[in-house]
Amino acid sequence: MTQIAPVSADASPGTAPALAVEHVGAVLGGRQVLHDVSFALGAGELAGLIGSNGAGKTTLLRVILGLQAQSVGVVRIGGQAPGRRASGVGYVPQKFELDPDLPVRARDLVALGIDGNRFGIPLPSRRRRELVQAMLRAVDAERFADARVGELSGGEQQRVLIAHALIQRPRVLLLDEPLASLDLRSEHEVVALLARLAREQRIAVLISAHDVNPLLPAMDRVVYLAGGRAAVGRTDEVIRAEVLSELYGHHVDVLHLHGRVIVVAGPGGEQGSDLTLAHAHGTDLEVSP
Amino acid sequence: MVNAWTVGGIVAVIAGLVGFFVVLRGSAFAAHAVPNGSFAGAAGAVWLNINVLAGLGAFALLGAAGIGWLGHRDRQDVATALTLVLLLGLGALFLSFTAESAPAAYSLLFGEILGVSNNQLVPTLGLAAGCVALIAFLYRPLLLSSVLSELGEVRGIPRQALELAFLACIALATTMTVPVVGTTLIFSLMIGAPAAARSFAGTPGRALVLSVAIAVAIVWLAIAAAYQLDLPVGFFVGVLSGAAYAIGRAWAAWRGSSARRSARLPASDGGPNDPASAGAFGGS
Repeated sequence: MTQIAPVSADASPGTAPALAVEHVGAVLGGRQVLHDVSFALGAGELAGLIGSNGAGKTTLLRVILGLQAQSVGVVRIGGQAPGRRASGVGYVPQKFELDPDLPVRARDLVALGIDGNRFGIPLPSRRRRELVQAMLRAVDAERFADARVGELSGGEQQRVLIAHALIQRPRVLLLDEPLASLDLRSEHEVVALLARLAREQRIAVLISAHDVNPLLPAMDRVVYLAGGRAAVGRTDEVIRAEVLSELYGHHVDVLHLHGRVIVVAGPGGEQGSDLTLAHAHGTDLEVSP
Repeated sequence: MVNAWTVGGIVAVIAGLVGFFVVLRGSAFAAHAVPNGSFAGAAGAVWLNINVLAGLGAFALLGAAGIGWLGHRDRQDVATALTLVLLLGLGALFLSFTAESAPAAYSLLFGEILGVSNNQLVPTLGLAAGCVALIAFLYRPLLLSSVLSELGEVRGIPRQALELAFLACIALATTMTVPVVGTTLIFSLMIGAPAAARSFAGTPGRALVLSVAIAVAIVWLAIAAAYQLDLPVGFFVGVLSGAAYAIGRAWAAWRGSSARRSARLPASDGGPNDPASAGAFGGS
């Protein structure tokens, strides 16, 4: 079965990983969506959560956020199991659409990251303004800070939401399909930004995506989900025909083409043969550090 | 007449304030359904010969609760429509029991702002204060969840409880404003002024203040015009709300096209990173 991946090499021994998912299973509408998923991310690490639609990516993110209860297992943030709501976790949701007429500037949305859940009217303060400005600078969003969020491009909106999520200095940042609707150039920019933020701010970044390729240059680790099960490890350890065939429960080929990776179903490959996987798991999926 | 100015001003402040979030959250249908549904409560109160304000308040809250309760079992628009249909049915029944139904119905639909009496002033002021306090209390969670409800949710803001609290704001606003401007006019005030304001002002605080200012201007202009020309106040409120919205849209279109024009100008570094094109958004 899938082994708990080790904390990154640069995390000193003895310190708890920023994010640890331990034997998590989840049931949604009577269907087992996640089976025994385990992995850990250290501070400063960036990981891709890869899988096709319905593989359980969003469910796993919701479990980590505390918005969806797991049926078994534990999620620890910085070594501690959070309460109902994960407070040390920043989040950028999937496929959002912002009204262009919304009278909210990029900097207003970032400021709401500080105290958007508090009651009452915020008092303007210099400390608050400076904090927002520093965060806008960190995500390279200063030049459109005074534009309405709804009028920004997809890549610019991603940056603003990342700043919104990071302003409270969480240990973990989760992004649900942030690259889904971006053009190639914005895709590269967002991935490079996230890799830099992970390093500079010492946070664990987990990015869900259906395509592994845009993340290849930046990823320290991959969590590959199929049929609710996960294979975890370094990219070259996980994105291999043997490992993915076992995960999918049928033969798949992994092709390398000009530095890109293409996963295709092999001959005679059939979808939905989870039974095969249930019998076979526990051998090749063992990922060694 | 002095009462009309005062009460009209208070009503406009509340409409501009609550309406700002109605427009931001896309709850226009709920803001239509709650006042119109509360009309049944007023009709019931006339029939039972009890305080009209009590009847209005009870049915406004009932409507808000119905929309909130049904809203997480079915689609929001269907839930809202069902609640409205139920309340309107009751309203028709209650009206049929009262002897002089036509004038009563007319005044509830379009209000009697020129006939506001002194004893209406205190309850209106009290309800207004409650409404302002509730909106101020909920300001940040409402704003955050209006931008993207998921962002509120991950920060621990319960989506349904917040929606119910906001519907209660609409119910409060309805209760105090319907006797004065009627169910139809409160709706046009709650939508027209904020929709225009968000075109002119790009920050939440400024748009909120402008929304209130436009609503007050519309009501006072409408009262003055109605008094001078001896035409219904409702006519002027409706037309002025529409006009404010049209001017707002025209301004937004002009702003958008001028932003595109300057984005096309030869830029110093030729790329989208040019500050000149970013500045042209001029969102404030």
